[in-house]
Amino acid sequence: MIFDLNFFGMLIGAIMASSVPLILAASGELITERSGVLNLGVEGMMIVGAISGFALMVLTDNLFLAVIGSMLSGLIISSIFGFLTQTLFTNHVASGLALTIFGIGISAMIGKNFVGIPGKDFPLLLVNLRESIPFLGPILFGHSIILYVAFALPFATNYFLKKTKLGLIVRAVGDSPVSASNQGINVALVRYSCILYGGAMCGLAGAYLSLIYTPQWIENMTAGRGWIALALVVFATWSPLKVLAGAIIFGGVTIMQLHLQAIGLRIPVQLLSALPYIMTIIVLVVISRDSRKIKLNTPTSLGQIFYKEK
Amino acid sequence: MKYLISVLFLLGLSISANAEFKVGFVYVGPVTDHGWTYQHDEGRKAVEAAGIKATYVESVQYGADSERVIRQLAQSGHDLIFTTSFGYMDPTNNVAKDFPNVKFEHATGYKMDHPNVSVYSARFYQGRTLLGHIAGKMTKTNTIGYIASFPIPEVIRGINAMTLAAQKVNPDIKTKIIWVFSWYDPGKEAEAAQALIDQGADIIMQHTDSTAAVQVAEKAGVWSFGQASDMQKFAPKSILTSIIDDWAPYYVERSIAARDGTWSQQNTWHGLKEGMVAMAPYNPAMGSDLVKEVEQLQKDLASGKANSFTGPIYDQKGNLLVAEGSVADDGLLGGMKVYVKGVEGDVPQ
Repeated sequence: MIFDLNFFGMLIGAIMASSVPLILAASGELITERSGVLNLGVEGMMIVGAISGFALMVLTDNLFLAVIGSMLSGLIISSIFGFLTQTLFTNHVASGLALTIFGIGISAMIGKNFVGIPGKDFPLLLVNLRESIPFLGPILFGHSIILYVAFALPFATNYFLKKTKLGLIVRAVGDSPVSASNQGINVALVRYSCILYGGAMCGLAGAYLSLIYTPQWIENMTAGRGWIALALVVFATWSPLKVLAGAIIFGGVTIMQLHLQAIGLRIPVQLLSALPYIMTIIVLVVISRDSRKIKLNTPTSLGQIFYKEK
Repeated sequence: MKYLISVLFLLGLSISANAEFKVGFVYVGPVTDHGWTYQHDEGRKAVEAAGIKATYVESVQYGADSERVIRQLAQSGHDLIFTTSFGYMDPTNNVAKDFPNVKFEHATGYKMDHPNVSVYSARFYQGRTLLGHIAGKMTKTNTIGYIASFPIPEVIRGINAMTLAAQKVNPDIKTKIIWVFSWYDPGKEAEAAQALIDQGADIIMQHTDSTAAVQVAEKAGVWSFGQASDMQKFAPKSILTSIIDDWAPYYVERSIAARDGTWSQQNTWHGLKEGMVAMAPYNPAMGSDLVKEVEQLQKDLASGKANSFTGPIYDQKGNLLVAEGSVADDGLLGGMKVYVKGVEGDVPQ
């Protein structure tokens, strides 16, 4: 039968591939939120990254430029949000929502010229090892470089926040901008940097969709993944490793429910379709029960506007 | 006097504004989906080419939002409104009640509550019969993967027509179905295609609108079929053919009829014969014998010599749906809610 070890290896490989955009976007947003900024524009930044990456791929025929360009475009569009919230002190929630609406609109407008163009093959690493090693082959090899980056990112983020001085500064700004400012930290600068970093990661997440996962431009192709990434950050109580766990569970249950359907299991399909959302929330709530740790990780000033006294 | 002139002037304006005949379209997806909505918009462009003004609103959600959009079109002087997705059925009829002078045409539905509502659809299932025939001949694993959107009669009809045709040429065929509960979610369609392939399907077909699934098939080296428009360039090696919806002649005909005052309520269900359903060129990889065979079947379906639902047809429980020697009538087809024998799983309720 087909349900041999190799089948499960392929299954795990597919799950990993489907969780990449969530990991990238959520890791970026996590840094932004840890600095005390709530940016609800994840979906908008992702979709702008998706069209920018795809458009650059078509225009320059260079995938490297396309990936870099998608990150830059995410960064640029997030700088609008940064300017609004950090320089003009507008409300974070309203500005973030506006960013999403703007991103979806402008990507559709740019995208009109790029519809119906097939994407290019993205180079995958060590494809022959994938074929030759059973089980571990499809898990470890034959992925794009971005997948490996995505899976390393939560660990790097964790290290950055816990072990580095810069990480400490980001956390300080998120917990108490007033104290941080009194210590001589430039709160606006730190928050700007975190917003731009978050934007770049969301742009990369979008490019993963339009260049690698479903290589083409389709209007609204992020289809709500930005919102799921946002929810993941909150349910993972701002811990990078739990974000990784949540993204894998979400991707895993999504893929598993498709397989259960294809096997013809007699479970109501609507229940199966809702399963990824239910399971992810349950698991993250269960692994995040320690209220002391939640307090430690929650950026206390999240979404609050900070005016520096002059 | 001044007052009178301005009133007359305004009156003249409003008459001239109303005088121009306008057609409106409501789309479920973006015009750039390269599938379902794209083909409807090609039809709209044909109406424009015939010299009639035709506007559209795209990506309109089902429910209250769609009723608002349809009402808005009716209020802003559109004389004929095409609502091009199943979910607009009730909103279309609700608005039609309040605008008896505006004509409404609803695609793929069955409700005509008011004399100014017509319904129209295409016999896509005839195309599915051809796909089933090809799939049955081309598969090596005897497993066909089917990505389905919503459990409405149109989709179930397609699954059944395909399975019946495939069984006819290959009795060992199995149809695996994944419901994605969306017309348009490229990521999910791609994941569904991959899951089906991992489970041994070497033929992928879809009743969803994006080109994501055929690209996955191309990468995995299995066969696939395009949906609604010719998707060949997205998967040049993998695509065997595409079912193409050609709405243009119908839209032009109905728009001209409405403009000239000859429009009347109709229930239109056209297929291969009238050209509302067409097939993209067959992939030479099928082999010339099979291509000839399928072309013949296509001709027979068009002429009525062959029928997609020829008895005896049983449902999954073994109940007789269509007796031997007869064919399914439009009533049975229009309300089809059960799988035929040989399809795995249950219809989602």
